[in-house]
Amino acid sequence: LSRDRIDEDTWEEIEDSLLSADVGVGPTQELVERLRTRVRVEGVASPDQAREILRSELLHLVGTDLDRSVHADRTATNPAVVLVVGVNGTGKTTTCGKLARVLVAEDKDVILGAADTFRAAAVAQLATWGERVGVPTVRGPEGGDPASVAFDAVKAGVEQESDVVIVDTAGRLHTKTGLMDELGKVKRVIEKQAPVSEVLLVIDATTGQNGLTQARVFAEVVDVTGIVLTKLDSTAKGGIIIAVQRELGVPVKLVGLGEGADDLAPFAPEEFVDALLAD
Amino acid sequence: MFATLQDRLEATFKRLRGKGRLTDDDIDTSAREIRIALLEADVALPVVRAFIAQLKERARGSAVHQALNPAEQVIKIVNEELIEILGGDTRRLRFAKNPPTVIMLAGLQGAGKTTLAGKLGLWLKGQGHQPLLVAADLQRPNAVEQLQVVGQRAGVAVFAPEPGSGVGDPVDVARRSIEHARSKLYDVVIVDTAGRLGIDAEMMQQAADIRDAVSPDEILFVVDAMIGQDAVTTAESFRDGVGFDGVVLSKLDGDARGGAALSVRHVTGRPVMFASNGEKLDEFDVFHPDRMASRILGM
Ligand SMILES: Nc1nc2c(ncn2[C@@H]2O[C@H](COP(=O)(O)OP(=O)(O)OP(=O)(O)O)[C@@H](O)[C@H]2O)c(=O)[nH]1
Ligand SMILES: Nc1nc2c(ncn2[C@@H]2O[C@H](COP(=O)(O)OP(=O)(O)OP(=O)(O)O)[C@@H](O)[C@H]2O)c(=O)[nH]1
Ligand SMILES: [K+]
Ligand SMILES: [Mg+2]
Ligand SMILES: [Mg+2]
Repeated sequence: LSRDRIDEDTWEEIEDSLLSADVGVGPTQELVERLRTRVRVEGVASPDQAREILRSELLHLVGTDLDRSVHADRTATNPAVVLVVGVNGTGKTTTCGKLARVLVAEDKDVILGAADTFRAAAVAQLATWGERVGVPTVRGPEGGDPASVAFDAVKAGVEQESDVVIVDTAGRLHTKTGLMDELGKVKRVIEKQAPVSEVLLVIDATTGQNGLTQARVFAEVVDVTGIVLTKLDSTAKGGIIIAVQRELGVPVKLVGLGEGADDLAPFAPEEFVDALLAD
Repeated sequence: MFATLQDRLEATFKRLRGKGRLTDDDIDTSAREIRIALLEADVALPVVRAFIAQLKERARGSAVHQALNPAEQVIKIVNEELIEILGGDTRRLRFAKNPPTVIMLAGLQGAGKTTLAGKLGLWLKGQGHQPLLVAADLQRPNAVEQLQVVGQRAGVAVFAPEPGSGVGDPVDVARRSIEHARSKLYDVVIVDTAGRLGIDAEMMQQAADIRDAVSPDEILFVVDAMIGQDAVTTAESFRDGVGFDGVVLSKLDGDARGGAALSVRHVTGRPVMFASNGEKLDEFDVFHPDRMASRILGM
């Protein structure tokens, strides 16, 4: 956008930067249309000004006044229960570990529940995270029933009067109805013990347009309450979450910025938008 | 959820039924539709651009097909072009003249490398080979155990001299695995490596060091079929940082359109060799360009 006049090339550059950030064709076209209208109506002449308006439109879409706090406070009788879900390899287990670290730093008593009984060494991976951040991990037999491990973890949380139980689940593609049913059951079984306070859907920032389909199906099955956008330390921009937030009406709450225990941060709309528009 | 390309073109060409040839207008309209279909399939923007230019050129120059209506003519050209890019020089694994053959796996975090190690091991064992899996991801918590379990499930040996989870030198493990394979007569060595980002210079150097320690016959770049526009940037940084000979597309059992296949192939010129389509170790196949072409276009 180095030209001094807005011409067709300017519009193409704007469109390209949105498409390259995985914002998607539909949202991109809508944004560009709105921008064109505003540029015309407000008599904007310079590409820099147009870019400034684009930034504010994007920020408006992403939302600056949503409640992005993670609900992790125990009630009088129950621990908060955080259920972590998503497709394979997005960063669920890592996020459980990092989130536990954040909560421990807030002086909370945390328990991890290893309800991925399927993937090779998934339980050991979560337990390692537990040791790393100094919280216990409730585990069941390998290949056992994930719902009963989740139940046991929450039960332990109730009995020990913990503040938070974080339940890790196996990665599953949203297209696998059997596995999605299993996930629904995990949640229902937990609810026999205590209400689920937060269902975090973990989406990998490198994900393209499939992210929206993932979100739709997971939201249907387990009523997602927040998004975690992981691997934002990559070159990917994570633009798909714009469509996801809008369609689900569920905010991105946290971002993953690396593989270390401290690489979890609250979602910051301005930083996200600026990174999205940067080259 | 997306209208298929056929549906889109159907609408575009309704008014053209019965006409015999493509006008420039027809070509522009369909090119726009196909551009959207490709973008919704996550084909990377620069690749879409090159593809559409090529499509227009061919459509303009194409002889009038009496047997095909304009929509069919366009689809035919698109399909041929896609298969050409995806297929090109699809080839089998190269085996070393003097065993062991060394296959190194590389890719982003969570792409499916460790699972693929097990799948390749099982597949090669089925062909009469004696594969050895090498635990050279000493970073991710319990990656070593994961590979051990995968090896056990595949009935394939695993070389895992270091505990990992932050302990041990992956370059050293990789180097020693070759001696181990020679002395124990394993004829294929499959080196699992830690996931890494293209922009992580230190980790890219580590990948290059592992490569130099084992001189792989094949470096396979494992990429998640759900990846979006970042496919090009990432593929380029792995090409430049460590280099690769072939691509494996994972998680194709979902409903992602898999435009990454086209993007990575187009940008790096490296063929997609295998498709991974499930978590179980036998859910793995050689790559079929024609099926992928239809999938990308939603047909
Ligand atoms: N760079 C980067 N890597 C991450 C981040 N979060 C997770 N990872 C890495 O991504 C890979 C997958 O992470 P996991 O936590 O195992 O993902 P998962 O969703 O639990 O995977 P499955 O249980 O197999 O579905 C690991 O190598 C992690 O170290 C992040 O924010 N940034
Ligand atoms: N549905 C499906 N899941 C797969 C496929 N390949 C791998 N997975 C799953 O994806 C997740 C990540 O796979 P891994 O093999 O651990 O990936 P990785 O590249 O080794 O991950 P890091 O070592 O953390 O970089 C696991 O849950 C696997 O079970 C596939 O083809 N289909
Ligand atoms: K980024
Ligand atoms: Mg996990
Ligand atoms: Mg691995």
